[in-house]
Amino acid sequence: MIDAVISPFIEFSFMRRALVGCLALSLGAPPIGVFLMLRRMSLMGDAMSHAILPGAAIGYLLAGLSLFAMSLGGFAAGLAVALAAGLVARSTVLREDASLAGFYLVSLALGVLIVSVRGSNIDLLHVLFGTVLALDDAALVLVAGIATLSLAVLAVIYRPLVLECFDPQFLRSASSLSSPTHLTFLVLVVLNLVAGFQALGTLMAVGIMLLPAIAARFWAEDISAMVLVAVLIAFAASLSGLLLSYYANVPTGPAIILLCGVFYLLSMLLGMRGGLIYRLVPRKHLEA
Amino acid sequence: MKNRLAMQIGLALLVLLGLAGGTQAADKVKAVASFSILGDLVRQVGGDRVEAVTLVGPDGDAHVFSPTPADAKMLAGAAVFFVNGLGFEGWMERLEKSSGFKGKTVVASTGVKPLTMSEEEGGEPETITDPHAWQDLDNVKLYVANIRDGLIAADPEGKSVYEANAAKYLAAIAKEEEAVREALAALPEARRKIITSHDAFGYFGAAYGLEIIAPEGVSTESEASAQDVAKIIRQIKAEKIPAVFLENVTDHRLLDQIARETGAKIGGTLYSDALSGPGGPAPTYLDMFRHNVGTLTVALSS
Repeated sequence: MIDAVISPFIEFSFMRRALVGCLALSLGAPPIGVFLMLRRMSLMGDAMSHAILPGAAIGYLLAGLSLFAMSLGGFAAGLAVALAAGLVARSTVLREDASLAGFYLVSLALGVLIVSVRGSNIDLLHVLFGTVLALDDAALVLVAGIATLSLAVLAVIYRPLVLECFDPQFLRSASSLSSPTHLTFLVLVVLNLVAGFQALGTLMAVGIMLLPAIAARFWAEDISAMVLVAVLIAFAASLSGLLLSYYANVPTGPAIILLCGVFYLLSMLLGMRGGLIYRLVPRKHLEA
Repeated sequence: MKNRLAMQIGLALLVLLGLAGGTQAADKVKAVASFSILGDLVRQVGGDRVEAVTLVGPDGDAHVFSPTPADAKMLAGAAVFFVNGLGFEGWMERLEKSSGFKGKTVVASTGVKPLTMSEEEGGEPETITDPHAWQDLDNVKLYVANIRDGLIAADPEGKSVYEANAAKYLAAIAKEEEAVREALAALPEARRKIITSHDAFGYFGAAYGLEIIAPEGVSTESEASAQDVAKIIRQIKAEKIPAVFLENVTDHRLLDQIARETGAKIGGTLYSDALSGPGGPAPTYLDMFRHNVGTLTVALSS
């Protein structure tokens, strides 16, 4: 059993690289997902994943199939959309979800347009999204660097960010940190999405950010505990997804996200904090 | 006086314009080819009498092509539409219907003996027709004959021109074929194995005695599983396959990884489903074939 888990990684360096990439991603993305969930912005990841398209397309037009140019372009476009949506939400009557929807749809349309103006029929998304089985050094450094940066920045903005989640009015009245915190957080979201596309190679990269986070909600009430559980779930899903892809011969990216989904369903059923079964079975409601 | 002169000049210009426009529109037969390789063949046979345009251009991937309204308009105005057939252009039938195309569709691969390839989808091997028949020069002789007959049917007046062009081109193909066989025959038996990024060279391998192994299925759309990649790496190591090749239309990152891991060298870029642009190494079909064979022999003989 243990041999079955370890031997693919000993025999093949592409498996080791895939594992390292996924673990790095699992360190950076799920904590971001926890905060997205707590701020009721769970669907933002999905919107942002479409918003990066025009930037990636422009990067491709200017520099060809350059990983760096396309990642940078995607990051810039995602950031522009996130910041514009954030600013509009803070200075007009529009709520953040509505303004985000407006900007990301425009961005997506622009991206599709740019891709087809070029007239090449290379599937741009296929190129932008690496495959988890082909992480080269540059991609690994990118993913690991983004994970490191986002953990460090999260540590710095942790307190105001938690306040933002639960009592934004208070933070706004008590400190001038509200807007900078929010905008920094948006930068982290976009960065981690770009890293996810590199590593997991599909639009489903959003899944490794959010699924472990919402699964962790069923196990912990404290935010730091939630973050820890989310990271552990992402680790477990990465490892088991890679092994599933190896033994059952299924594509790797979807396998990892599906296993995140399995962990989510299990948590929903069995979770100690508001899970389905826990709620249905009448028990002594003693809290320690 | 002044007015009359202006009018005369204007009239003369109009007549000139009309003449120029008229001759161009009336003289040339409009032909549309589904992808760049077929487009080149049509140009070779049609020569000056035919205006040939292609839907999927150089370096484009016909597997994932999605037609635009301009493509449909182009097709609607064409007299004849050349397609590869053998399931290569999945989008073709829909485009034909929606564009209101009234001309004749010519399947260039008619008469080719199709090879099959097995594609493993979800563990169950499935046998499908391999569309990449143009990778065998012998098949392209049939392509040229079909294109010639298609053009004659659309433009009977040009019959002698098309026949002469086709005969000339067939001779060039035969000459190329000889050169290819000679070049590949020089390779040692043990080194006649290559890996390339999608199964586009089945016909090539069968015709010229090369074993072709591909890490993906037939379509560029499918995503590889860890097991696929592991199998290929084991195979390269076990059979000591000397070189892996990239193609101009697929993502090369996976192949780079395989090359790194096995120590097989990257042999260069092969052109499979599309020509290169005019400045590239494979602007025409015969250039493409020459380039592919040259790349292969250099990598496999060293």
